[in-house]
Amino acid sequence: MRKYGSTLVLVLVLFILSVCSLFIGVIDVNLQGLLGGNVEQLHIFLASRLPRLLAILCTGVGMSVAGLIMQQLCMNKFVSPTTGATIASAELGVLIALLFMPSSTLWGRALFAFAAAILGIWIFVWFIQRITFKDVVMVPLVGIMFSNVIGGITNYLAYKYEMTQALSSWLVGHFALVIRGRYEIVYLVLPLVILAFLFATHFNIVGMGKDFSQNLGVNYNLVLFLGLGIAAMITASVVVVVGAISYIGLIVPNLVALFKGDKIKGTLIDTALFGAVFVLACDMLGRVIIAPFELPIELIIGVLGSILFIGLLFYRLKNGRRAVAWLKKVKPEQQSC
Amino acid sequence: MNIRKLTKRYDGKAVVDGVSFTIPKGKVTSLIGPNGAGKSTVMGMISRLIARDEGMVDFEGKEMKQWKSRELSKRLAILTQHNNVQMKLTVRELVAFGRFPYSGNRLTAEDEGIIDNAISYMELEEFEQRFIDELSGGQRQRAYIAMVIAQDTDYVLLDEPTNNLDIYHASNMMKMARRLCDELGKTVILVLHELNYAAFYSDYICAFANGRIEKFGTVKEVMQKDVLGKIYNVDFEIMEIQGKPLSIYY
Repeated sequence: MRKYGSTLVLVLVLFILSVCSLFIGVIDVNLQGLLGGNVEQLHIFLASRLPRLLAILCTGVGMSVAGLIMQQLCMNKFVSPTTGATIASAELGVLIALLFMPSSTLWGRALFAFAAAILGIWIFVWFIQRITFKDVVMVPLVGIMFSNVIGGITNYLAYKYEMTQALSSWLVGHFALVIRGRYEIVYLVLPLVILAFLFATHFNIVGMGKDFSQNLGVNYNLVLFLGLGIAAMITASVVVVVGAISYIGLIVPNLVALFKGDKIKGTLIDTALFGAVFVLACDMLGRVIIAPFELPIELIIGVLGSILFIGLLFYRLKNGRRAVAWLKKVKPEQQSC
Repeated sequence: MNIRKLTKRYDGKAVVDGVSFTIPKGKVTSLIGPNGAGKSTVMGMISRLIARDEGMVDFEGKEMKQWKSRELSKRLAILTQHNNVQMKLTVRELVAFGRFPYSGNRLTAEDEGIIDNAISYMELEEFEQRFIDELSGGQRQRAYIAMVIAQDTDYVLLDEPTNNLDIYHASNMMKMARRLCDELGKTVILVLHELNYAAFYSDYICAFANGRIEKFGTVKEVMQKDVLGKIYNVDFEIMEIQGKPLSIYY
């Protein structure tokens, strides 16, 4: 029972927040209205509130699971869709679709985003494998640089073809435009997360290193390829619908791993749930602060996320293992052997 | 395990050059030699971690390349020193990886029993739920060996298992290798830097120099003044302690 304690708490919190979120908004929607058959309220509920909630949940689950997979496979705790050039690549993919196929549907754009994200993540990983960095912080730094290069290309193209306006709606993630019929791609996250769960042990083993994987009969390159593909697809489906949402993939898996360790099978569900709770809470905050207007979620998460990220950096660099042991209230080190 | 004319080249230079020998089954064999002699590369090639350029490795009557990786991992385990130790996995979770070739993602009750046995064999019960990154080097090495035991293979290959261990833990490690052979009937192959560990704990020694086998034989055959002197270019004295030849060098 204790083993599943954290999962139960997260499910409960997520449920309460979800219900609250459904009833926050400019137009008053309440339970009596819904049950009493108020057509206008019902319409808003089904066309806007519910899709928004579902999109938020998928985003939270997807981005944190994508981050978890990337961190495991790259053996680096600071790699994520943001710091691994995945979001930037997906954005470039969307822009290319807009430029060359202006009449493309959401699905068409999604395909471009998938292709670009997968390509971007593979180039990044190929690069960091070629150059073995001694310092763990170098890998995300290279990723951020790479992201900025891709972002630069995106901006240049957008400027040249006068697409900056259209682009900005992807560069800053927000849920305001999520309505029925325009967000369903984000559901792709669910089968991908299930797939990730099925391969959880594979990812763990690959995360232990190449020799280690081969010893256990796991095809290192194939699993790396597949796992990064899954992470890129998840990221791309979120970027196409809500835009860039940074930091979740970085912070959520790290916070959960701090308490629950790195065994993916044991942490994946908690990571997914915590991601959903985090995004939902940030979204509600954004809707409440300057109501009746709303702040884009990217802004809220960006502010909260960067503070948490800096905290995490210092924490990992300074305290390393001992602080974690202290956090978990483990008995003092017994170095008998 | 039959090894025939194994060759590996890096940039046209042969690091391992036509190495042939047969590893005696159910014995402890140590590969020794100076740095760059090719012993670790040979170990890598006979465990499929490193691709070979030429030669054959006949494993249990079948060419190594013909084996499915999954099947091979039920018969041959290799432990190197290049593992990610930053990972926050508990000792038990690590040992459970040893059952992956058999059961994949889902462990059966039988697997759990085997994991329990491996953990108690390595006397790791009290650390079972500790994270491996919180353990000392010796404890962590024992956890990895427990994983190899759970993997339940006939052959166990250990690449420099005494690296970074102090004398106490290193000699324990060597006793462990001996027990894997004597008690569990495994064929153990080691790459060692420390000559006297090889002399004291193995049955056979294969001495490498410049990518070739200089001498392969029983411990007594290899631990000779002139043989070792030629390989290492250092003057040796051989003494006998507890019936085993030990080398002195300075």
